[in-house]
Parts: sequence; structure tokens; C-alpha cells
Amino acid sequence: MVNGNPIIEGFIEAIELIIALDPQVVEITIRSLYVSLTATFFAALIALPLGALIYFYEFRGKHAVVSTLQTLYALPTVIVGLLMFLLLSNIGPFGFLRLLYTPGGMIVTQTVLIIPLLMGLTVSALSGIDRDKRYTITALGASRLQTVMTIIAEARFAVMAGVLLGFGRAIAEVGTVMIVGGNIRGATRVLTTAIALNTSMANYSLSIALGIILLAVALGVNIALSLFQRR
Amino acid sequence: MTIIEAHNIRKVYGSLEVLHDVDLSVGEGEILALIGPSGSGKSTLLRILDLIEPANEGELLVFGIDTVADRGRWLDLRRRMGMLFQRPIVFNSSVYDNVAMGLRYRRAPGDDIDRKVKEALEAVGLSRYIKSRATDLSGGEQQRVALSRVLVTDPEILFLDEPTANLDPTSTATIEAIVAQLNREAGTTVLISTHDLAQGQRLAHRVGVMIEGTIAQTGPSREIFREPKDRRIARFVGAENIIPARVIARREGFTVVEAKGKEIFSATPPPADEVEMVIRGEDISLHRRKPGYEEAENLFPATVAAVEPTAPFVNVAVHCGCDLTALVTARRAETLDLREGLEVWVSLQAKAVHLIPRREG
Repeated sequence: MVNGNPIIEGFIEAIELIIALDPQVVEITIRSLYVSLTATFFAALIALPLGALIYFYEFRGKHAVVSTLQTLYALPTVIVGLLMFLLLSNIGPFGFLRLLYTPGGMIVTQTVLIIPLLMGLTVSALSGIDRDKRYTITALGASRLQTVMTIIAEARFAVMAGVLLGFGRAIAEVGTVMIVGGNIRGATRVLTTAIALNTSMANYSLSIALGIILLAVALGVNIALSLFQRR
Repeated sequence: MTIIEAHNIRKVYGSLEVLHDVDLSVGEGEILALIGPSGSGKSTLLRILDLIEPANEGELLVFGIDTVADRGRWLDLRRRMGMLFQRPIVFNSSVYDNVAMGLRYRRAPGDDIDRKVKEALEAVGLSRYIKSRATDLSGGEQQRVALSRVLVTDPEILFLDEPTANLDPTSTATIEAIVAQLNREAGTTVLISTHDLAQGQRLAHRVGVMIEGTIAQTGPSREIFREPKDRRIARFVGAENIIPARVIARREGFTVVEAKGKEIFSATPPPADEVEMVIRGEDISLHRRKPGYEEAENLFPATVAAVEPTAPFVNVAVHCGCDLTALVTARRAETLDLREGLEVWVSLQAKAVHLIPRREG
């Protein structure tokens, strides 16, 4: 232990931690999944209908709205974290909800973070249905509602791919969960914040173990994504 | 009875005028072919007639109903029509679900849908793919799925937008046969757009030529081929010879025109003083010797200027004061032993010389 390479030993220890289902590792992983999955769920609930509305309704400034959404994809997570911190803190308008430094607050923040992404991707998924397909639907005698339903059904795989991307962004980000969650052990510590903390404390094995898990989740998301995109 | 009646249809996309001054009436049970070069507005016109998108100006009556005044009835009217597009379009679901779409939109009873879909797939020979995902099929198969999807809805008017442009000859023949049968047996009115002149001729009772966003001429295909109204139509229907000439006399019921010093008889009454002769290459006969008996009004010697094979025909350019291009079968060209510099006799019926007024530009 003393003479070995700390990185290699960290790896070995990390694998032991995973195999042994170390309670701390399991707890952090479950919390991470819980927060990001819940956030993705709520974000999808809000963003998918809104995205569909933007796509199906013609209004002034539609183009500007879509461009804005696309710009927001790249919004730095710490900025969202800062903004949500201010809103949720005691001095902010939503301080009374007492969500700061709770998993609930993290969920709300990640939801806000990925809503633009999900909306934008929903709009582009629906736009992926080409003009000839829309003509075909109309020519087959679809009513307005039937047209909307057919287009959504046809874009389902692309929409699902967007939701997965949103989840991937949520679970991988550090900025908002660090600021809004506070990285409190046993309460708001998630994979990314735990890695950041343990690395700075030279506790490499735990960092590596959590890193492997995060990578596995990301890999899983990507595999699912490619399955969807192939359809 | 007139089933479609359109007047002065105009359509613009942004600053681009795609259709203008389109007048068209289609009788019930008729097959009308719209022919014309790419970009002449055929597809747009079909979409407007099928009420997929509105025209910017003009009147349109479908089934005798004024569609401009009565926008509320578009869905009902559209459900009595069907359209097949050039590109095979299938949706990401099973072949069965694809074919059932139109019936489901019309809220047809389930067992009705089931029976019709199975019948339709049987008719196009795709029964074994009923559960396959439609996007996995080949282009020709997808187009047959698309055709079944239209046919199960029993359209009274069927629009076909270059339906066989991307298909092999066998699939093309299948689709043409189905369309012809549908028209014959169910009395379906058919509007088909095509840039294949031969297809128009094979299928249609009447042909409309679309040039630059408007219908330039309608009539039986024979008339379009032999008596095009202007130079653009003549070019499109493949007249090899369009030659400027001047009317000099009327003689024995014929019009005599002069082109580069050569007098030629035409059966067309003179449309103007300055004209163009439109002569199809296959109407020009070439002979080695002066024919002893020849019913053609025009008979003159000429020199072969060029021989260009375009199997199974040969284009022969001859020099006779004015230059003509004759279309001769490859076999006949061999028999005549046509070659450059050969002296030949040209015979040409006055009826084959069509005159159009000359237009500058």
C-alpha cells in the first residue's frame, strides 16, 4: 500500500468497493439516479408538450424561441446553479419552500437545467418528420388532431433520444448540484460532487469507484440512445 | 359530369410564383395526365387540387363544391380523394398499420379495416410482409404499401404524383395496371403527373402539358404530339425539327411556306406570316431513289449530313436547303446503307408539317 502506485491501488480498491457494494457507494449512486431520473421525468412532462406546441403552432417570434432554446443547451450549469440558489435561498422568492440543500431542490434545479434541452430536442425531433410525410398524413384524410398524434407517434424514437440526452446531461453535471445541494454527506451528495470532493481529499479509490459507476451510467444511456436512433 | 373545376389558380411560395392562370376541368371517370418538365408546377397543382394546401388565388370546385368559400368541408372532401407521391413514403410502424392509417382516420370499424387491409396487401403481393416494419422494405415494396394505403380508402379521385419515377419497369407496370383497372372497374377519376410522355400516352384519356407554372395545352395525347401549340410544348414532346419559315401562299388547300429557299407544303392553316414548322423526326421518310409513287406532298432530294445512332433508332440529319433531322429505325438505316454524303430523297406529308406562330426569343 505504501510503496505501490496510488492510481493502480486506487483502481483495485475501487473495484473492491463496487463488488462489495460499499454502503456509501450504493447510497450515493442511488441518490444520483433518483435525483436525475426524477428531474428528467418532470422536465419531460413539461418540455414535451411545450415543444410540441412550439412546433405545431405558428406564431410571431417562433424562430427566435427555437434559437433561444438552442442557445440555452450550452448554458453553464454553475450559472443555473447560482440562479436557482438565489431563488431558493432564504433571501429569494422561493425561500419559504425550504428546498435549498435538499434533494428536492436539486431535482427542481436539474429540471430547470434540462427543460430547454428537452424542448429544443422535441422541436427538432418533430421537425425531422419531412414535408412529404406531412403531406401524406393530410392526404390520407387526417383531422388536425389526428395529424398531431401521427407526427408525434412517428417522432417517438427521436423524442425518446432527446429525453435520454437530457438525463445524461443531468446525471453528469456538477455545477448545480454542488451549489444548490451543497454536497452534504448522506443528504445531497451525488456521484459528481462526491468525486470532486474525494479527489480533492486524495481519496482516489472512492473517486475512481464512483467514476466507474458514472461512466457505466453514461455508457448505458449511450447504448440506449443508439438503439433508439437506429429505429 | 365535371368533378374538378379550377380557374385562374395562382400559387406563390415567398417570392416564387409556382403556378399562374391554371384553368383545368376534369370529368368524372376520366384519366388525365399532367406532363411537363421538372419544376413546371405539376406536384404543386396536384396538392392544391387534393386540398392539401390552398391556392393563393383562383376558384376551385371539387365534387361541385366551392372549396374557396367552404373551407369547413375540406376534410370531408379530402377523405373522398387519395394521393400517391413520387417518393415512397411509409411510416415507422408495421405494414398493416401503415395501410390501415386512412381507414383509422375515418373511424372505420375494426373488422372492416382488417378485411380491407388484408385484401389490399394481397392485391399488391405483399401479404407475407403484413407484420414487417414498413421502413425495412425496399423502395418498390414501400411504394406498393403506399398505393394500398390509398386504395383501401376507396378514393373517388386518385392523384398520382410521378408515382413510378423511381421504380423499375416491373413495379411500374404493376402500378399502371392497377390504376387502369381501378379506372375501368370502379370508375375512379385519375390525375397522374409524369414526365414520362409514353406513360401519359399509355394511361390517359387526355393530356395536359404544364410549362412554367401553367397548363399550356390540353387534349388527346395524339393531338399534343402532332399539333403542339407553341415551341416550348413542341420541344417538350420531342419534336426534332422546329424550323423558322415564312408563309408565301395558299395552294390546293395547303399552306405553302418557305424556309431558306425551300418550299414546303403544310396542312395547317397559316397561324401567322412568320411561322415555325414543327416536324417529328419519325414522319420524315428517306429513300435511296426517287419513289415512283409517293402520296406525300413534299418530295425533294437531300444529302445526308450526319448519322447518329440512338438505339433502336438512328437520327439522320439531312441537308436540303433547310436542315432536317429524320428518325429512322436502325434496321432501315442499315438497309438504306445511310452514311454521310449520301444522296437521298426525302418525302414528307403535308399533314406532318405543323405550323406555329413564331415567337421572338
